[in-house]
Amino acid sequence: MTLILTTRNDAVKTIANHPIIWFARRILSGVAVVWAAATFAFAIQCVLPGDRAQIIINVTSGNVGPASSAELAAINAKYGFDQPLAVQYGKYILRILHGDLGESYQQHRPVAGIIAEQIGPTIILAIAALLIAWIIAILTTLFIAGRDNIWSKLLNDTQVFLATVPPYWLATILLVVFAVKLRIFPVIGGNSPIGLVLPTLALALELSGFFGQVVQNEFTRVLEQPFVTSARARGMSDFGVRLRHVLRHAALPGITLSGWALGKLLSGAILIEVVFARQGLGGVLVAATSSRDVPIVSGAVLISAGLFVVASVIVDLTYRVVDPRIKLT
Amino acid sequence: MSMFAEVTMSRPLKEVLAIVRHVPFRVAVCLIIIGLFALAAMAPKVLQTHDPLAIDLRSSLQSPSIEHWLGTDQLGRDLYSRVVEGAGQSLAIGLGATALSMSIAIVFGAAAALSGGVFDSILSRIVDVLFAIPTLLLALVFVTVFGPSVLTEVIAVGIGTAPGYARMIRGQMLSIKGTGYVEAAKVLGHPFSRIVWRHILPNAMNPLTAMMTIGVGQAIIWASGLAFLGLGVAPPAPEWGALLNAGRNYVIYAWWLEIIPGLAVSAFALSVTIVGRHLQDRLEGKR
Repeated sequence: MTLILTTRNDAVKTIANHPIIWFARRILSGVAVVWAAATFAFAIQCVLPGDRAQIIINVTSGNVGPASSAELAAINAKYGFDQPLAVQYGKYILRILHGDLGESYQQHRPVAGIIAEQIGPTIILAIAALLIAWIIAILTTLFIAGRDNIWSKLLNDTQVFLATVPPYWLATILLVVFAVKLRIFPVIGGNSPIGLVLPTLALALELSGFFGQVVQNEFTRVLEQPFVTSARARGMSDFGVRLRHVLRHAALPGITLSGWALGKLLSGAILIEVVFARQGLGGVLVAATSSRDVPIVSGAVLISAGLFVVASVIVDLTYRVVDPRIKLT
Repeated sequence: MSMFAEVTMSRPLKEVLAIVRHVPFRVAVCLIIIGLFALAAMAPKVLQTHDPLAIDLRSSLQSPSIEHWLGTDQLGRDLYSRVVEGAGQSLAIGLGATALSMSIAIVFGAAAALSGGVFDSILSRIVDVLFAIPTLLLALVFVTVFGPSVLTEVIAVGIGTAPGYARMIRGQMLSIKGTGYVEAAKVLGHPFSRIVWRHILPNAMNPLTAMMTIGVGQAIIWASGLAFLGLGVAPPAPEWGALLNAGRNYVIYAWWLEIIPGLAVSAFALSVTIVGRHLQDRLEGKR
């Protein structure tokens, strides 16, 4: 009996390990996360304290006083608030499936359009920062980590510093030093490539602190592994060992971190876009939050959950390429 | 592992004393900085050189000098005294938000880890979904719903940072659940509730203390970030985030208005992080 059970379990495992099945499951769980985020976004709109129609009228017109019952009824009918919650929820999900994230209370335009317009610069900033952060983390680790000298200690302290201090503060320092005092970069860069340098650097420095710490920990651990000793015994140079053998292992936790970093990048990008008065999601979200334009904020929640799912699938796939020992778990 | 058990099993007070006896230099410096901030929070008058609210338009936007150590703002108010004044509210927001996020995280993390099975999967999925939303965005959601205020700031930061902690606590509890001494207690026939209260929770507390210490710094950073965006405490209150938000418009002419409050946030966050990491290493018996 037990024997049969184990073999069946093994069979199930082998099937589950098949790439296509694995991929399908991965996508399915991603869809579940996005669906849950959509439910959360719907819930946000429902828990707004006070009458939703009243809030919409206030946000739209900028007035504070109570609206007439005719106006309220019109808004209620327009947004379907007079229907039962279950019906509203069903319609909301259906609309999302059609790519409709609702309409901004204030701008009277589809939220999907507003976000699509603004997300470009934010994604460019985030990806540029991710790349730079990786380059900084890898280079410093390659040359400095695992050596017992003053530079190694200094690097460690710098990483703790960069990972801890608030990103908007780092950004402001960069802005004051390089744009206001030294005048190397423009104070307000707009969307030009030169204007991208300081925001990217501000975001990347923070992230490189995190990456650096994790990669460096793993790096020093791997340096003590037998295969490193054996590579050294074969006469490989110290730098060669670091580059060929150790870095690959040390990069593994860093790859996982890149998916996790997406949230950090988006949070940081919102703040840094505001520091540099850059176009992007940051400005839109801050304006929407202070005017209580809920559809934009909940739309952003949905989009970022979707981005997170995509990023984590990419991370898992990359992991398989870099570390063939991992068979689809 | 034996080391871990040994350290955590001994009496807490003795442990603390032993740690105090050999404090590295940098940790001592950080403790002094934290002490100064605590003093500023509890008795700001002791440290202030000026009235933080006194307006003096003749000396507006002055750079740091002997008279005004850290310069003045657009209304001639002494920035140093304002930063000191703001410590109270900022630290209170940080502590409040950390307490909230830790309570949520402990309830979720412990419930998930201890129950196991379907309940664990459901709770973990909920945490996963919240984790998929960036911390700041999650905080913005709460500000949108409840409108900007100190309480909203605490709730927003508390709930925004909770998913990450819940994950860590769940992992922590799961690893303790699998240790030898918990197995031993099970074999001895102790009821599950007793094992939880006597073995799992006390052993999970130590890493939590370190996590919480670092968390206060992070909470202040997030809260000041919200305020920096203009979504926090109303302007007259010299809370650090409010100072940052007010200084934003003057950064080109008066850098100190932006850099100094940020320095206060950073110095505090760095100090608690370094102390927290030290605690982590000591309490978990690493090195």
